[in-house]
Formats: sequence, structure tokens, C-alpha cells
Amino acid sequence: MGAIQNKLTGPVSEELTLVQAAKRGDDSAFEELVRRYDRNVFRIAQHITQNREDAEDVVQEAFLKAYGNLAQFQEQSKFYTWLVRIAVNEALMKLRRRKPERTVSLDEDIKTEDDSLPREIADWSPNPEQQYTQAELREILSKTIQGLPPGFRTVFVLRDVEGLSTEETAAALELSVPAVKSRLLRARLQLRERLSRYFQRREPGDGKTGARGEDVKNDKDVASGDGNQ
Amino acid sequence: MKCSEFLSELTSYLDGVLDEKTKSELENHLSWCHNCYVVCDTTKKTIEIYRDSQLYELPEDLRSRLRSAIMTKCQQQRKRGPQSV
Repeated sequence: MGAIQNKLTGPVSEELTLVQAAKRGDDSAFEELVRRYDRNVFRIAQHITQNREDAEDVVQEAFLKAYGNLAQFQEQSKFYTWLVRIAVNEALMKLRRRKPERTVSLDEDIKTEDDSLPREIADWSPNPEQQYTQAELREILSKTIQGLPPGFRTVFVLRDVEGLSTEETAAALELSVPAVKSRLLRARLQLRERLSRYFQRREPGDGKTGARGEDVKNDKDVASGDGNQ
Repeated sequence: MKCSEFLSELTSYLDGVLDEKTKSELENHLSWCHNCYVVCDTTKKTIEIYRDSQLYELPEDLRSRLRSAIMTKCQQQRKRGPQSV
């Protein structure tokens, strides 16, 4: 069983050339940076806020802040990591505004119960995602990740969806490397546990409801809100 | 190696950042512990499914509207001079 492969975010030297041109006032270079990273910022923002309009706002605000603060960008880290840090902060602010009754912070001490220890250890069907239509699958994945606390899903999306390294994720979230590793492990295990109910192998005639028999739309257990672990 | 020890190294194992000795101990554990094998395999699939899911893709029409709004606001910001952000 091999290691997973991460996506790369484009050559760093090209990025630096664009950043330096943008700093000299070349707006077309900045526009190229927007083109390069707008989809990533949107994905990250929607994963954190779980709201499309908020995610659109975050994309605009994050790039505007980056533009206004380009002179302060030291070029010691990747522009993308710096941009992600701005975008995550904007997204968390949106979340706080929408859910003022909850504390939304990446630093909060998330309870360390045995919520990550695997309980469901049945094997999955081969190619389990093919049991569902694209729309059904997206709904399952979206509801499942919504059930994680914001601090967990943010680490998961940066590391596993966007392909940032552990160190880059730690820098973007201003967390320690061990904190990123611990949250990543628990996020991965919790998502695995929750997806198992949809993807586990069903034996013919075992009396259980088949995976496709699960009512995706009415399944309230999967997405039970933010930070309720 | 106990299952709990295996689990604590799972993320490093999947990320391919373990030294050869620890990796080999984990793989030895996987060769006889079916539960850990299943957890490892399905965790890897979880990551791959999310990574390949195209969840929250930005549609092209919205993308170009957002980009245009961003660039217009950037130009307005430049005309107003440096902002405190």
C-alpha cells in the first residue's frame, strides 16, 4: 500500500516573477496570480464557511487584501501559502459572523475523546464512489465534511485536497507542525468512519440496507453541524 | 506493534514520510492485522475520493465575474492610494 500523491501548485519561480511584477504595478501579473489560485481559494473558503456566497466574498476579499499588502509580502514563503493564510482568516471571520454563538478558532482545544478511533472496520466495496451518481457523491462528501469541526476540516482541505505540505499548512494556519499532524490524523479517521456507512461492502442477503438504499437527502446523522465532536 | 501504535503512525505512513525501519514495522503489522489493513486502505481511499471529487469547483462564468470584480476593485484601491488593511 503506497503513499498518496499530492497535487502541486505550479512552479515557484514563475510565481515569484509574477509577484515581483505585480509589486512594480503590473496589474496583468496580479490578474495572472488570481487566475492561478482563484479556484483553490474558492474551494478552501467553501470548505470552511460551507456557504457559497460567503466563499465568493472570501475570494474577492482575500485577493484584494493580498493586492493591498503586496509590498509587505517578504517573498520568503510561497505567495500561495501567504494568500491561503489571508483566505483562511477571512473565511473564519465569515463563519464567526454567521455563528456568533459559537467560538470558531483554529486554536481551540478540540476535545480529545476517542472520536477518531475506528469503530466501523468493515471493508469497502471496490470503487465505492461508483455506486453513486456524481451529484449524490458530492452531497455525501459535502455533508460528511460539514460534520467535522472547522479546525479539522481546514487542516484536511489544505493538506489532502489542496496538497500543501504539513509545514506549509502549519505556516498558513499559524499552528505547530505537531498540531497539524494530530488534527490531520483525526480528520482523516473521522471522515473515513463517516464514509464507511455509505461505502462499506454489503454481502448479498445479509439483511442490511444496501449502500444505495441509504437515503442521502434525509440522512441527518452525517452532518450534524460545526464543531459538535 | 500494537494497533494503537499503528494508528498513531498512519498519517505519516500514508504521506510516505517514515524512515525505512518504522515503515517496515508498519507493513509487517499490516500483513497480519486485517482490521488495521482495512482502516489504512479505506483512509487512503477517503483521501483520494475527496481529492478527486471536484467538490466546490468554481464555475467558469462565476470565475470570470469574480476576477473582473477583483481587478476593478484593485484599480480603485490603487487610485485611492495605500490602504490600511
